[in-house]
Amino acid sequence: MPEDCIYIARSSAIAARALAGEMMVMNSVDSTFFTLNEVATTIFQAADGRTPLQDIVRERVCEQFDIDPEQAQADAKEFVTELSSHGILLVSNQPMSGQGTSNAGSVAETP
Amino acid sequence: MAGPRQVACVEIGGIPISLATSDQAFFDLLRQRYHGFLSTSSSQFELEFDLNGSAAISDADVRVRRSGEEWIIERGDFYARWDPRSGRGLVRQNANPYSLDSVLRILHSLILAERGGFLLHAASAICDGRAYLFSGVSGAGKTTMTRLAPRNVTLLTDEVSYLRPGVDGYSAFGTPFAGELARPGENCSAAVAALFFLEQGPENVIEELPAGEAVRRLMRNILFFAEDPGLVERLLATACDFVDKVPIRRLTFYPDGRVWEDVRNFMGVAEHA
Repeated sequence: MPEDCIYIARSSAIAARALAGEMMVMNSVDSTFFTLNEVATTIFQAADGRTPLQDIVRERVCEQFDIDPEQAQADAKEFVTELSSHGILLVSNQPMSGQGTSNAGSVAETP
Repeated sequence: MAGPRQVACVEIGGIPISLATSDQAFFDLLRQRYHGFLSTSSSQFELEFDLNGSAAISDADVRVRRSGEEWIIERGDFYARWDPRSGRGLVRQNANPYSLDSVLRILHSLILAERGGFLLHAASAICDGRAYLFSGVSGAGKTTMTRLAPRNVTLLTDEVSYLRPGVDGYSAFGTPFAGELARPGENCSAAVAALFFLEQGPENVIEELPAGEAVRRLMRNILFFAEDPGLVERLLATACDFVDKVPIRRLTFYPDGRVWEDVRNFMGVAEHA
């Protein structure tokens, strides 16, 4: 496993909803609100605390979107840093489960 | 002055809440303040007022949190406990109407959140049988829009709009919560035709907002204070549903009477599009 391997999980203190192809995410503690684009939504939905970020980008993002792998990895790290600073994503260098992470396997969608 | 316990039922948005006090002056005050919203309906909710609070009206942030099954609602000038299972609560404040308004607004926001509705920082009015909402930051023109309204327009509020889901979309209800206009809304309701986010400019322009931006603006203007992830999730779902069902536009307007013509014409165009 690479030294910089990181795991990401959705915080349990957030609300998320998909609408018209975008993901709305809100932190229930400080009411910060984010709208995620398609790539960011893919990473967010795959943030299960068990899959390394590198694998999410390689297997989900690069598979679904026409994007340079190196650039995708760099953009993903930047995105994760931004959302973790607002308490939306939790980041660890080992797999996570339980307290503080969302158990939701999927995010509700407004038709 | 202490006297016999008296109860006034105040019904806003079709939700009657009994307000009980043993203070005659406070009872007279709340009957006067909510005159158009007094009701003989059987209420599911009741607040008992203890007027021993002595703190002055406060600009401090309100805190709304759960303690066991109860909600604790507190600000510098009041403290309230409310049990959603029994529908009963106790409020400690002094006999001023501003604390009373705040407690009522927060209680309604909690009740509405569970029912798929919400309070919105917006003016609203009924024109041609349908409700129009005007939201925006302070100074954007909410009160101006109500002042410019034609005579046949019924004011629901110039400050806090009351929204509940209906069979086909959402309905807006009048509220007694007044802003700069210092005039309570009419106690009536209508299906919501559109929500406009206001900005003032040199001419009237109505523009569509992307769904994400509409939800962002909506969430920013919803009155909600509870630190509760479950309710926040419910509220976000409601906001997305509202954006899905109600036309939401940015309205840049020049403050004269023509803006109402543009609002009404927009609805005609939207319906025939």
